[in-house]
Amino acid sequence: MIVTTLPDRVGRPSIVHNALRDTWLVAHRDMSQWVREPQLIVWGLLFPVVSVLLFAYVFGSGIVVPGGGDYRSFLMPGIFVQAMVFGIGETIAAVQADTAKGVTDRLRSMPIARSAVVSGRCLANTIYSVLSLLLLVICGLAIGWRWEGTFLEALGAFGLILWLRIALLWIGIYLGLKAKSPEMANGIFGLLWPLTMLSNAFIATSLMPTWLGVIAEWNPISSTINAARELFGNPGVATSTWIGEHSVPMAILWPAVIMALTMPLAIRTFHRLNR
Amino acid sequence: MIAYSVQGSGAAIAADGLVKRFGDTVALDGFDLEVAPGTVCGLLGPNGAGKTTAVRILTTLLWADAGAASVAGYDVETEAHSVRAALGLSGQTPAVDEILSGRQNLVLFGRLNGFSKAVARRRADELLAQFELTDAADRAVKKYSGGMRRRIDLAVTLILAPAVLFLDEPTTGLDPRNRNEVWQAIRRLVSQGTTVLLTTQYLDEADQLADRVAVMDRGTVIATGSPDELKARIGGERVEVLLADDVRLEQAMAVIEQATGVRAEPYGDGGERRVSVAVNDRVEGLTAVLTGLVAHEIAVTDIGLRRPTLDDVFLTLTGHRTEPTEAETTTEEREEVMA
Repeated sequence: MIVTTLPDRVGRPSIVHNALRDTWLVAHRDMSQWVREPQLIVWGLLFPVVSVLLFAYVFGSGIVVPGGGDYRSFLMPGIFVQAMVFGIGETIAAVQADTAKGVTDRLRSMPIARSAVVSGRCLANTIYSVLSLLLLVICGLAIGWRWEGTFLEALGAFGLILWLRIALLWIGIYLGLKAKSPEMANGIFGLLWPLTMLSNAFIATSLMPTWLGVIAEWNPISSTINAARELFGNPGVATSTWIGEHSVPMAILWPAVIMALTMPLAIRTFHRLNR
Repeated sequence: MIAYSVQGSGAAIAADGLVKRFGDTVALDGFDLEVAPGTVCGLLGPNGAGKTTAVRILTTLLWADAGAASVAGYDVETEAHSVRAALGLSGQTPAVDEILSGRQNLVLFGRLNGFSKAVARRRADELLAQFELTDAADRAVKKYSGGMRRRIDLAVTLILAPAVLFLDEPTTGLDPRNRNEVWQAIRRLVSQGTTVLLTTQYLDEADQLADRVAVMDRGTVIATGSPDELKARIGGERVEVLLADDVRLEQAMAVIEQATGVRAEPYGDGGERRVSVAVNDRVEGLTAVLTGLVAHEIAVTDIGLRRPTLDDVFLTLTGHRTEPTEAETTTEEREEVMA
């Protein structure tokens, strides 16, 4: 039998380098899956596209944008953020499946950076979300959405949208580690719908009953959507309330708060797998 | 094959008084074990005995509530990273990516183990050949048979040529042919000098593979020895007798005891008609029992020889039978799914 002389771990100059390399490799696994079985991600990627068509052409004709303006231009930032929120479901399902199949344990029993098990998942999901955003931008451009402001402002808007996604990752990882079955992971998907509907994603909050409008405005995702509309120069930016007026700082703050709450919880749950 | 050397001259695996509780359940209750380098230890016990918990603590996946353990000379808690570099773990279900191909899995985990792309690929080819998976190398693992899945899982476990290998019920849920395939793979590893801790519910599996067997019950090791020693303790094979009626059970037991010099026990359903006794020699034992019963004119419906089962080991060592637990139901369900 030919046996390779096994080297020690090669090219491992520092702890940080190791952690980054391991993170990349764990994420790389997801991407290899996408290449082998594109149908795995095609449905997830197409779903927001279906939302665009549904809202732009079916519901859109009956929805008014306060202050005038094209509904499709109003809609797209909401769709972008909706895709980020639905990403929670992807994260939960992936983390739950890895834990149930023992892949998480295998990684935990290997001499790799401990953090890479979680950060690799984060990276893979973030890359997926960037793909999803790219697809939706193309779709938006095709139905007449444009960013009216500068390119830098548009980049800022995408930055805020991804910032929210990164914050929501930790909710997904936490719930994924807690979920005992794929059914539970799927069930949480169902809860994400009302979460996005109860925001300014599809209808301006000023058109809702007052109490509902307040709840929707204070929904953290509304701040990101409103900030994105503002930066893209899209219509329907709510500025009549305090939270509407401060949407950009709030779009930075809300995800930070979400992360401050859920990241320690997720990391603690990961460490408690040892108990 | 190069195995990372065990630190010092001590045991490859040592556990001292491990205790682990999950809520009110005591999974491990003072677990002691010592496995010498280069040997195969079979951890034998029914579901719920604490085998998997012991393996999970030894492989750094769980922390014990009390006690200490080391693998390859490193403490499993304070030197977990070194322990991980020395061990290979193959859990109860194959923990490989089912969407990726066998080769992709090997390259991925090889790279995670620190190999460059080129070395990881070379190592993948070697392991594919070693486990006779070269033909299926580029197929998705989900299209593999149960035995092939087990083998690719073992191959992934062996990427680093670990000094100490943990196999948690490696053949549970496999049919006999696949079980043989996996046994052969394990034997090859053992011949290369790897230390192996193997958990199993099957006495014959421990018998086939292990140098020493540790029998577990309710979170502790209740007996250790070579498979032959243990079988000698439970008396090798058993003669089972089905009496024609239940009236003379007591007398039959006394006659059998007198004939063999070993205590006879009622067994199974309808214990009022069935008697079993351990015998060291098949022919002598069978003859002695039959002669005794005929001499006392006790009518027999059926008589036969049976190899000792885990149940017999338990009955002899603990005085109670293995009780099916909740965990066992889960295993059976899984077997059905895999079948």
